[in-house]
Amino acid sequence: MGIPITELAEVIRSKNSGPYELTMDIIFKDFDSYEMVKEKNVINKELISRLYQIPEKDICSIINFDPAKAIKITIKRPIVAGAIGESDVYGAQQHAPLLSIEV
Amino acid sequence: MQEFKVLSPTAILGYGFPEESFKNGLAKKPDIIAVDGGSTDPGPYYLGAGVSFTDREAVKRDLRLMLKAGKELGIPVLVGTAGGSGANAHLAWTEDIVKEIVREENLELKVAVIPAEISKEEILKEHEKGNIKPLPPARELTREEIENTSRIVGQMGLEPIMAALDNDVDLVLTGRAYDPTVFAAPCIKAGFPEGLALHMGKILECASIAATPGSGSDCMLGTLRHDHFILEALNPERKCTVTSIAAHTLYEKSNPYKLPGPGGTIDLQEAEFVQLDDRRVKVSGSKFIPSKEYTIKLEGAKRTGYRTISIAGTRDPIMIRQIDEILEAVKGMVKNNFAHIGSDDYQILFAVYGRDGVMGKLEPEKSVVPHELGIVIEVVAKTQELANTICSFTRSSLLHYGYPGRIATAGNLAFRYSPSDIPAGEVYEFSVYHLLTVDDPNKYFPVTIKTMKGSE
Repeated sequence: MGIPITELAEVIRSKNSGPYELTMDIIFKDFDSYEMVKEKNVINKELISRLYQIPEKDICSIINFDPAKAIKITIKRPIVAGAIGESDVYGAQQHAPLLSIEV
Repeated sequence: MQEFKVLSPTAILGYGFPEESFKNGLAKKPDIIAVDGGSTDPGPYYLGAGVSFTDREAVKRDLRLMLKAGKELGIPVLVGTAGGSGANAHLAWTEDIVKEIVREENLELKVAVIPAEISKEEILKEHEKGNIKPLPPARELTREEIENTSRIVGQMGLEPIMAALDNDVDLVLTGRAYDPTVFAAPCIKAGFPEGLALHMGKILECASIAATPGSGSDCMLGTLRHDHFILEALNPERKCTVTSIAAHTLYEKSNPYKLPGPGGTIDLQEAEFVQLDDRRVKVSGSKFIPSKEYTIKLEGAKRTGYRTISIAGTRDPIMIRQIDEILEAVKGMVKNNFAHIGSDDYQILFAVYGRDGVMGKLEPEKSVVPHELGIVIEVVAKTQELANTICSFTRSSLLHYGYPGRIATAGNLAFRYSPSDIPAGEVYEFSVYHLLTVDDPNKYFPVTIKTMKGSE
């Protein structure tokens, strides 16, 4: 059993980045936790692909942002924001699978 | 000029702000008051239908306070992306509110109005010349898609706003504008560096969302100097911390180091965030890298039909276990009953809350069987009447559908409302999200100067 990500992170959120992409931020409580997760390469394409059941080609980027001790994951939206059949116009409730990550 | 102070009252015009915070801001003697009016986040409907996602009375309340303060201090007020989406209908809606305030407060204002809607004819011409490229993952634009689009706006850059400021105006009212521009243009005009001005604008456009505790309805002050800027929350209960400001830099964008906009990119690779004191953060090192080509982001929405919805719930475990089969069967019943209507004329969708209503295809936990389900029956059809018809029939069919093993024979759904069906009007989707290359940044954003007088 690893450490639940919710113990290390202060913020885990999702939001639109334009109508075609969803972007998720994991902002850590302290630099030690951030550096550890970064070093172990915990947040990688394979993990995101599994958590969201999407092919790796739909993951636009995973970026470490040191000034905010944050990791940012951007994926292609399965349906464009607000189009017929789309379920979250602002994209603000697509973060939950990330809460299950263990380090 | 040693420093330039920008007061940002609220994240979106109409989201409100405490008057106390605003007064704290005015006491700091700002050089301008600027606010962002818009976003694509509320979805394609507002752009397509020409309607604001903010409330008229709420926008009027915010604008009244800002215009009166601007006049008292003798400083300009700038409003970006008027009316939420910044097409001509939204701009006219906001201008109308300004006129009302001018009358009621007996003001005299010199106003610069900058529209941002681009006609389909112009877009078709640019498309033929090969000047329009998709912003991945959007697709290549087609002639047909342009013709089907209801409204197209371009995000103006700094140049049209700087041109407007040449006229010594009290108010600049813009159509769709790149969010930081109304904050940054006056700074750059006063001789401050573009990179810092735009980065400060990028943060100020969300007002106190960048503070902690964050709020979209509270004031922020940005003080720009020649080699850094300082951010300060104007409500004493909030503060700016390095974490809150740096975290905000991530918000709503894919790459926090490079923020592309009209005419170039804000480059934050060497940006430094320093805690100045308990409540203020100093930012330096932000750069602006001009691009080879000047591009304008286009946004457009097209109408795809009319919607009617019905909201219901079920608490029956026998039904919940076979919900997918039941919903499919009901779709089949509707299709059979209306065999004379083309199946392209309508779509039936079921959002099943309690299972995958929120995440849809992205939901990893599909096998959980909950004790109750919320079901939103949604029909999108070619006309409102047809959407009403299909929704009504789907609702009654699902209510009385005799699924295998059914014990509760009186009805399958709990309705919260009577009437149970809600016509939801026009449905739009984003059809244009592309980059237009221009030679002249001002081409599609002409500045008009008007004088508004309360006593006339």
